[in-house]
Amino acid sequence: MSRGLPRYIAGRLGQAVLVLWAAYSVAFAVLYLLPGDPLAISLAASGVQADSLSPAQLATARHNLGLDGSPFQQYLTTGWKFLHGDFGSSLASGQPVAGLLAERLPHTLALAGIAVVLSLVGGGLIAYLAAYIQWAPARALLRRLPSLGYSVPSFWIGLLLIQLFAFTLGWLPATGNTGPHNLILPAITLSVASSAVYAQVLIRGFDDVRDEPYIATARAKGLSRGQAQLRHGLRNASLPLITLIPLQIGNTVSASVLVETVFARFGVGRLAQDSVLRQDIPVVLAIVVLSAAAFVVVNLVVDLIYPALDPRIRLAPRLT
Amino acid sequence: MTLELDRPAALAPGRPIPSGSALAPRGRRLSRGGVSGSAGGDDTAGSAHSAGRLRRSLAVTLPLLRRPGFVIAGGYLLGVGVAAVAPSLIAPLDPTATVPEAKLSPPAIGSWFGTDELGRDLFSRVIHGSTLSIEAALLAVGIAIVAGLVFGVLSGFIGGIVDAVVMRIVDVMLAIPALLLALAIITAIGFGTLPVAVAVGIGIVPGFARTTRAEVLRVKSLPYIEAARVGGASWLRILFTHVLPNSWGPVAVLAVLDVGAAIIAAASLSFLGFGAAPPAAEWGTLIADGRNFLITAPWVSLIPGLFVVLVVLSLNHVARTLDEVRR
Repeated sequence: MSRGLPRYIAGRLGQAVLVLWAAYSVAFAVLYLLPGDPLAISLAASGVQADSLSPAQLATARHNLGLDGSPFQQYLTTGWKFLHGDFGSSLASGQPVAGLLAERLPHTLALAGIAVVLSLVGGGLIAYLAAYIQWAPARALLRRLPSLGYSVPSFWIGLLLIQLFAFTLGWLPATGNTGPHNLILPAITLSVASSAVYAQVLIRGFDDVRDEPYIATARAKGLSRGQAQLRHGLRNASLPLITLIPLQIGNTVSASVLVETVFARFGVGRLAQDSVLRQDIPVVLAIVVLSAAAFVVVNLVVDLIYPALDPRIRLAPRLT
Repeated sequence: MTLELDRPAALAPGRPIPSGSALAPRGRRLSRGGVSGSAGGDDTAGSAHSAGRLRRSLAVTLPLLRRPGFVIAGGYLLGVGVAAVAPSLIAPLDPTATVPEAKLSPPAIGSWFGTDELGRDLFSRVIHGSTLSIEAALLAVGIAIVAGLVFGVLSGFIGGIVDAVVMRIVDVMLAIPALLLALAIITAIGFGTLPVAVAVGIGIVPGFARTTRAEVLRVKSLPYIEAARVGGASWLRILFTHVLPNSWGPVAVLAVLDVGAAIIAAASLSFLGFGAAPPAAEWGTLIADGRNFLITAPWVSLIPGLFVVLVVLSLNHVARTLDEVRR
């Protein structure tokens, strides 16, 4: 057991690095090998028609943009630069991509962080109530809520919230990012989809543990139904949830593209939307790789703390 | 045109269910030399077979019709389907005709969703927008089903190194959030309904590949496969007459669910401005356009959104009901 743990950690670390490298490869392949010509796109982005240039000028432009050499060479040099934190520069503005990202990342991280916490709390609350409440209509309603949550596009929820809380009630600002009150509506919007997923998994989890002997024991010791569900039920019911969290965080981060557009916020998501509209390949590549890295890191953290949460993993003979 | 072919496969409620049960494999007449299905067998056996199948599919369909939720959701989807195929039948008004004096007028009798900033009838625009939106969603799911089936079957049926490679690719694709992968694809291949559909489709391939693989693995280990193998059937024949017909039930349910997810994803991408160029309008574009008038005319953006929400809710309800019935 104690011999297995370092091996488990090393294995997970190696896997994380591999997945990240593969994600970079997939993103690079999509952006540089699909039919579109990056040279023509980047020239068009800076307002130059590719046909109007002489072959010599084209070759210079190609060299300046780092597009000379075989695709495989480009793949290697771009990857090498990524390892050193050099994400190239934007085709549209000429600014270094790393700077653009660093400027916007705190805003998006704050938004996504609050949304992740909100979705866990919201999803947990809905599931807890759905399992606790015994009045049939309320119970049925709460159990239907998750499927409603992920049937509704997040941008539409955002528009609805703006209409209701900003324009009709006037409680909160509709757009911008001047202060913490600007975060409330976007964070709620961003959290709906994930909280629906969490709620659904947790409801199933509560159903599964309801008849377990340890719940009966807790009740026999004098705990109320709610207490038993919170102290003994929740910990066991939430195990399947934990492996879902990385995927949901990935979705939350990518949904910030939509939410930041709806709420006209300054952030990485908005940058992604802008860059796709301008076909700014280096920026899109950096954002895709960055979010894959975020997913990989969160996944790694969850993998590493999972044995601490579920001792059965530590005792299992094979740790793969 | 391929979309017309996809529709029954993705939406037909009754068909996949009777054959989905592991207890009644469709290609179970193992000892026969002929091709199983309608082409093989003598006449009497063939008609008895189809009558039995008709009775079985009726037995599955009738209880469905007693569920009011299923009927409402199915009816709404049917309406949207008609809207996508023949929009003028439902909304006779021209979706591009501008009436400047009637701009931004609220919903009323005859102009059910109101009008937009140019005085165009919003109901017509939503109905005519269904063609592009439904096309995009079905094309996306079609791509996902084909690619997912190929990868899933290769992976599950051949196993070994093929399985390992395909599943690692799937893992990597899952590490890139679907929306961002779609953005990368759109950056590379450009804007429009078709690129959006392709981008959305590629994003949902991993899910299909995994589900198909799991089903193929399950079916592969069942006794009747072994029996067919002992009976001398080739692997290809086993694949097409035994494994595929018996493993596509869950894939069909996933397909219906994913039409809903694809509608949301395609609407999201066209909301971001990557969809069809104006004046053609997909649902997402309509919602995005109405955003600027949220203060004065909230319906311009919110009603098309509600329309989309109801489509997705109905699809999810139908998929869940089918899944319940299948078990």
